[in-house]
Amino acid sequence: MSEELSKKHTKLVRILVFVAVAMFGFGYALVPIYDVLCEWKWIERDRPDDIKQVSEATYKIDLDREITVEFITTLNESTPMEFHPEVKQLKVHPGEYHTVNFYAENKANKVMVSRAIASFSPALTSSYFEKTQCFCFSEQTFQPKEIKIMPMRFVINPDLPVSYKTITLSYTFFDNTDKSVNK
Amino acid sequence: MSAVAEHDDHHDHHDDHDHGPAKGLLRWVITTNHKDIGTLYLLFALAMFFVGGSMAMVIRAELFEPGLQFVDPAFFNSMTTMHALVMVFGAVMPAFVGLANWQIPLMIGAADMALPRMNNMSFWMLVAGVLLLASTLFMEGGAPNGGWTLYPPLVLQPITVGKALPFAIFSVHLLGISSIMGAINIIATILNMRAPAMRLMDMPLFVWTWLITAFLLIAVMPVFAGAVTMLLTDKFFHTSFFNAAGGGDPVLYEHIFWFFGHPEVYIMILPTFGVASTIIPVFARKPLFGYASMVWATASIAFLSFIVWAHHMFTVGMPIAGELYFMYATMIIAVPTGVKVFNWTATMWKGAMTFETPMLFSIAFVVLFTMGGFTGLMMSIAPSDFQYHDTYFIVAHFHYTLVPASIFILMAAGYFWLPKWTGHMYNEKIGQLHFWLSVISVNILFFPQHFLGLAGMPRRIPDYAIQFADWNMISSIGGFIFGASQLLFLYIVYDTIKGGTGEKVTDEVWEDASKHGLEWTLPSPVPYHTWTTPPSAVPTEHVLDTH
Repeated sequence: MSEELSKKHTKLVRILVFVAVAMFGFGYALVPIYDVLCEWKWIERDRPDDIKQVSEATYKIDLDREITVEFITTLNESTPMEFHPEVKQLKVHPGEYHTVNFYAENKANKVMVSRAIASFSPALTSSYFEKTQCFCFSEQTFQPKEIKIMPMRFVINPDLPVSYKTITLSYTFFDNTDKSVNK
Repeated sequence: MSAVAEHDDHHDHHDDHDHGPAKGLLRWVITTNHKDIGTLYLLFALAMFFVGGSMAMVIRAELFEPGLQFVDPAFFNSMTTMHALVMVFGAVMPAFVGLANWQIPLMIGAADMALPRMNNMSFWMLVAGVLLLASTLFMEGGAPNGGWTLYPPLVLQPITVGKALPFAIFSVHLLGISSIMGAINIIATILNMRAPAMRLMDMPLFVWTWLITAFLLIAVMPVFAGAVTMLLTDKFFHTSFFNAAGGGDPVLYEHIFWFFGHPEVYIMILPTFGVASTIIPVFARKPLFGYASMVWATASIAFLSFIVWAHHMFTVGMPIAGELYFMYATMIIAVPTGVKVFNWTATMWKGAMTFETPMLFSIAFVVLFTMGGFTGLMMSIAPSDFQYHDTYFIVAHFHYTLVPASIFILMAAGYFWLPKWTGHMYNEKIGQLHFWLSVISVNILFFPQHFLGLAGMPRRIPDYAIQFADWNMISSIGGFIFGASQLLFLYIVYDTIKGGTGEKVTDEVWEDASKHGLEWTLPSPVPYHTWTTPPSAVPTEHVLDTH
């Protein structure tokens, strides 16, 4: 191989290796890019961190409409807990405030920190489902064998498009004991 | 060869050029010759085609009837996952790298690949990667069974992975490094080592498509490596990239995966286009129609592949703006792809066609790939995709774009170039038998899966509702015939290497082939070292207008 060709190869390979390494970095850069894009107003997407407390507003109660709200609870992997809602289903009018209690019990003999993550179906209803009080706003610390009755107070914004008749709200409890800073 | 005389007074390694291959088995371990490495890649890919194929046979046997017959569900899911990983990373991609190794230097008039030692290393890293992947089959908890896409949170749960996850991830790292090294080598060869007479727009289409594919590989394999590394740290180092409890989001993985995954499917199809554009003109006895538009169409498809990824995840809960954007962007791909299909058809139009086995496989490719493309167009319509998502309709679609497309073209390439490589003619009768068995059985195998999918049968299940029984049985029968037919190909490859029909092939092999590519001006079989002096002129008929 001539010297000149060898130099050309070296130069090209350097560039290509740089591109490959940069693309590996780009894969990681997608993480913050994704977060930023999800904040954009026109991307109506709720993420766990966005489910914030709203202050109690007064809405005109829409007695003509009735929305079925269903509650589902799941435990992630082998989280040693008991977790279920006290009612599985509610029929509510938009604009009307309701409180639902969730029963949670730590079955383990150790302190546990867990976090409930909500998910809505249909997903686009999440921005009309306003919570004024919820155990899901923060991590919950459980003493060994502790039982908690945790309230969730919510209202459905009457702006909810009329096509939605049923909203399913699913909570998954994650065992965060290893990862939490609050333990 | 003439180069030797000029180098007589140098005592450098150039003198080795006139030596044949090293003696003994060690030749294959230490070789840096592009033809040897090409052969290694192709034989390895052929072996993996049968390994992945056996897994497909397990899947079709289990789905022959409803109920659980042969394997337990976890193993079944390992089979679907491993079948995909082995076929994608062990069979199709290495087979095309093998073709690139053999053909690119011959087609552009270069003596070897640009970086021969790295070439050897990328092959052996591929072997290491695939062995690592295969080793998970024997681990406690079995091989990965969460699907080849490795979606979290499923893939991170103990029940899904056993001990296999880190091995699968390291295997992906090795395979990724191997492909990136291969791609760098191919780009360096094409850009720096063409015969002086060959301009970029004189290059055969196979070389063009591989150049573009190599750039895709460099751009997306590292992203996939990053995504699986995040899975690894989520599982073992308490990061929360995809863990909702720690502020992460599993949907992010899908975005990163498909940012890699969509270009990846074009990595498997663009070289297919290149081989088809090489074979069809030879048997139509006409120059390729629309050479420049073929090059631009390839480049456009490659560009579009980066901006359409989320059409794999329409049902994930994207905002409507996202659904619309990804829907329209995806539909645009039909334009350059259509250009290609029309160009192949126009190449055959009024050609003096003959129907040897490579041409038969290529024609079947044009027809059946178009069908796969049409189902793809159906799925690009976001609201319809909610019906098709995760059903056998998807399975039918991507198998139509991979089996009677990539695999058929790889077969065609085998029949087309084996006589050149070995100097022996394959048995045309058995070749035709192989073609007809394959083309009929592949449709019996995959066509009914469209019906199953539209009727709602989900993917990746070992058991199914009773109403899906009939079409599954037909599909399985097609699968068994298709699987068995491929043994004919194995026989033909063996037979051709051993002497074939005994007929001595000419340098051109196919009538007037030397008008279509430089490789046909070399002797048959191709000597161990070729183009030590670059050719002075290159065939440019493919660039000329048809009339």
